[in-house]
Amino acid sequence: MYDNKQLQEISTQVRRDILRMVCSAKSGHPGGSMSSTDILTTLYFNEMKQDPATWTRDGKGQDMFILSAGHMTPVYYSVLARAGYFPVSELATFRTFGARLQGHPSIRKSLPGIFQASGSLGQGLSAACGLALGKKLDKDDNFVFCLCGDGESEEGQIWEAGMFAVFHKLDNLIAMTDWNGKQIDGPVELVAGEGDLSAKWEAWGWNTIVADGHDFDSIAKAFELAKAAKGSGKPTMILFKTEMGHGVDFMAGTHKWHGSVPKPEQLEDALKQLGETSLGDF
Amino acid sequence: MKKYIDTGKKDTRSGFGVGLLEAGRADSRVVALTADLKGSLKMDAFAAEFPERFIQCGIAEANMVGAAAGLAITGKIPFIGSFAEFVTGRVYDQVRQEVSYGKANVKIASSHAGITLGEDGATHQTMEDLALMRALPEMVVINPCDFNQTKNATIAAAKYVGPVYLRFGRPSVPNFTPEDEEFVIGKAQILNEGKDVTIIACGHLVWEALQAAEALEAEGIGAEVINMATVKPLDENAILTSAAKTKAIVVAEEHNMAGGLGEAVAGLLARTVPAPVEFVNGKDLFGQSGTPSALMAAYGLDAQHIAEAAKKVIARK
Repeated sequence: MYDNKQLQEISTQVRRDILRMVCSAKSGHPGGSMSSTDILTTLYFNEMKQDPATWTRDGKGQDMFILSAGHMTPVYYSVLARAGYFPVSELATFRTFGARLQGHPSIRKSLPGIFQASGSLGQGLSAACGLALGKKLDKDDNFVFCLCGDGESEEGQIWEAGMFAVFHKLDNLIAMTDWNGKQIDGPVELVAGEGDLSAKWEAWGWNTIVADGHDFDSIAKAFELAKAAKGSGKPTMILFKTEMGHGVDFMAGTHKWHGSVPKPEQLEDALKQLGETSLGDF
Repeated sequence: MKKYIDTGKKDTRSGFGVGLLEAGRADSRVVALTADLKGSLKMDAFAAEFPERFIQCGIAEANMVGAAAGLAITGKIPFIGSFAEFVTGRVYDQVRQEVSYGKANVKIASSHAGITLGEDGATHQTMEDLALMRALPEMVVINPCDFNQTKNATIAAAKYVGPVYLRFGRPSVPNFTPEDEEFVIGKAQILNEGKDVTIIACGHLVWEALQAAEALEAEGIGAEVINMATVKPLDENAILTSAAKTKAIVVAEEHNMAGGLGEAVAGLLARTVPAPVEFVNGKDLFGQSGTPSALMAAYGLDAQHIAEAAKKVIARK
């Protein structure tokens, strides 16, 4: 188990990776990556039963993870690399021709750690339901995790999956929403009027937990409650309250950095704000 | 010409139901999912024998496709079943990302395909599904011709590793292929040999092609009939060998012109040895309500129209 200080250091390095990756590629999605950094760091370093050395796509005997909001590859790839799935130096190839680090997750480049393609929104939770059902049929007693975006949750298929998971009693499924309140065109409430996600998931019949996605104690508590729900017959949705662009003052709390790349002087400023870590840049 | 005996009309979807049950008995990894169409897809016997491996998804096809992909990733062999339109056009992006691009070993069981769905009318009669599925890289596309072949193709699809689109229909049609003939994906069958014209058909149009060949024979015209049950990958060798002999081709399918078997064959010939081709298909039209036979006649999808197309293409040699 990593303590909060260690998790914070990894998260800081992951945020540095995110910014350096999108600046290197001159494209990508830093905003949501930075809002979900603390969640994914905690997931891969403390919560998931996973082992890069024995990883296979079928996930037998391990926990599995689907990134439904597929555009958040910067955080996903950084966390996978830092967890040991592939060399950290490979982060430099993000979004370039021939790279295993495709713009959105692909299983066609044999990048270890990726269970399924994603990017077209709203579909990952359904795939996660299938994984969870497959584990139940196989009597494989491990969890399936899935991270969705709040903007993504405007897709109707998310709610189809929500109904399916309850009907099939997928209590080995722990879904998460990066509830940062922002999407490309602006604040979620002004773009689509999504409303109270907590009340919606509760009404859908899910074990619904709201947590602070930037507080490692709150994140850990949420996972503890989610795992304890196994046996209840209910899937869990953890709604992590987060801030888009978290960690860098000029990027925080605005939708403008959903899919925009900092200029060189902005990158320098951002990296200075984050500070260096003992892990080192790629 | 070789005689084919109709052993009694049956619907091809029932062939799927029997094949699914057999595949399920042979391999415990086979699971079946449907979106509130268990009865229509003839999944009842499978669901009764393997209740834990039958997954009801409700009327939510998009989620069904994704859930099937997830099951496939864990090692299952999922068959997802609904009407052709609702497992193709309605969920094209889900099939593309989760199954095709995602390389998930999912079998798409597509029933009530084409205009022979009949009375429900155009909202339910897809004549575009072969085009959509053919366009996906690596997707195997199969449209068997009768009950027996649909059963055998279902068993073959379960054994094949990779995404398969398996298309069949609702009406009872002549059942004339051998009961337990192994279905080989990508291999066309020469049902009748002839020297004057080649008729390439898939699905319900294969029987009509045989009837047309009989009528042509009575007029002294030798028609070679090829059952192109695998629409993709196309058995190019079978087509080129026959085309070299007859130098005149008719392609018949219960599908529209755009992107169907006809354009696949024409494309092959254009790239290799050009030959005149006539098309018997749904052209560029939507369907409408009616009995299957009335619709097939009205849209020109029968033996009479195939025979006319054969004479026309022979005249173009």
